Amino acid sequence: MKPFRYDRAGDVSRAVATLARERGGVFLAGGTNLVDLMKLGVMEPDVLVDVRRLTSAEIEDLPDGGLRIGAAVTNSELAADARIRSRYPVLSQALLSGASGQLRNLATTGGNLLQRTRCVYFYDTTTPCNKREPGTGCSALEGWNKDHAILGASGHCVATHPSDMAVAMTALEAVVRIQGPGGERAIPITELYRLPGQDPHRDTTLENAELVTAVDLPALGFSSNSRYRKVRERASYAFALVSVAAALQVHEGVVGDARIALGGVAHRPWRAGKAEDFLRGKAAGEESFRAAAEIELAGAAPLRDNAYKVPLARNIMTRTLLELSGQR
Amino acid sequence: MDVDITLKADGREHRIAVDPRTTLLDALRERLGIYGPKKGCDHGQCGACTILLDGKRALSCLALAVAHDGAEIITAEGLAASGELHPMQRSFIEHDAFQCGYCTPGQIVSAVGMVEEAGAGWPSYVTRDVSAAHIPLTDEEIRERMSGNLCRCGAYANIVPAIRGAAGGRPR
Repeated sequence: MKPFRYDRAGDVSRAVATLARERGGVFLAGGTNLVDLMKLGVMEPDVLVDVRRLTSAEIEDLPDGGLRIGAAVTNSELAADARIRSRYPVLSQALLSGASGQLRNLATTGGNLLQRTRCVYFYDTTTPCNKREPGTGCSALEGWNKDHAILGASGHCVATHPSDMAVAMTALEAVVRIQGPGGERAIPITELYRLPGQDPHRDTTLENAELVTAVDLPALGFSSNSRYRKVRERASYAFALVSVAAALQVHEGVVGDARIALGGVAHRPWRAGKAEDFLRGKAAGEESFRAAAEIELAGAAPLRDNAYKVPLARNIMTRTLLELSGQR
Repeated sequence: MDVDITLKADGREHRIAVDPRTTLLDALRERLGIYGPKKGCDHGQCGACTILLDGKRALSCLALAVAHDGAEIITAEGLAASGELHPMQRSFIEHDAFQCGYCTPGQIVSAVGMVEEAGAGWPSYVTRDVSAAHIPLTDEEIRERMSGNLCRCGAYANIVPAIRGAAGGRPR
């Protein structure tokens, strides 16, 4: 591992100021992804600014009935919180489907959001990768691409975002709170992540030295009727091939409202807005759910090895919505 | 530049100066002579390096020692610090829950942490209703909660009953 300077800033403002000053520095939280990337030489920061003990490790009630999750809350604590389990079960399930018990005890909310893709070429420093080394090319385009994106990819990158937690937060319209050199701001999680376009080395819209300090979950009347379904190559401890996070409101057999996001299909957690729009006012049943999934996936552009993700995404969306409507 | 840190490992306090690149796993094994945590994959994929870090099971290969200055660590050796084997260790022996033994300290420490988590009411991905107040520790729950510990000999068939036995459960 390349040598680096370890900096334990006294508070968030000093941490941000340190990173604004030191190009080539990164924030360290739980370290479960970053330390591995450093061992492999995929990331070689000059400075690590440790923020794990600086941001909040609390989950607070918000006046509107939502919750504010401090960036340092661990994945385990978040999944086990009684309010999350009863009001946002989709988030608890998504967290519990990710990694292992040991990793979830170290991994934080902020770090989970900012983990890097698990594309094998991103990890293999002997191969070209535009995300790791801009301008070198994408090895997955013509390579082994069964795990890669079917939506929103570009000719420069077909990587997927690996987080389960972020898929649930995308369905729940979470708001990410950020502190940077210019002050504080808050953005919808859908605006945190970006599509690869011409510059896939950028996973997010965060600017240099901006730190995620908290995530707000807005109150949603029907979020208790929600669930996360993940399909992977073994029953546990594996990344998603495809996953779905959904919340559904049904009145007398008619869909009142829906929130749906897909994981494992794109460079960011994929909010299925077209499917949601289609479903409002439709009969809650297999025909509508399948049609909604088809509409969302109409723009899918599979690669040589990942065409299976299209019917897989359609089927788990349909099945999950059926379950949430009490029909399965 | 080395950094001075304090680690309380298996009940003993140690002050050491470490290169910031040192993981807790390397600090324990190379500096403190505590060999229970094993270096299996060194990439957070196998669970052989599992320790209790401030009371919670964690992977010592992905934790930088400098970031855990002042931490309290318990390894498989520390579970038996009084000279008496921990009930989980006894149960692994009684159930013949290992073959080569390389993953065993990680399995045992992970199991001890896991039983605590389940006792605190934490759900898992196989829990049907995550909002349930009481979640029985079935074999399905044990398997899911222990999925971060790999055993290449395939001793799982005896590891599950060993954990069930120490946790006070019946076969299901």
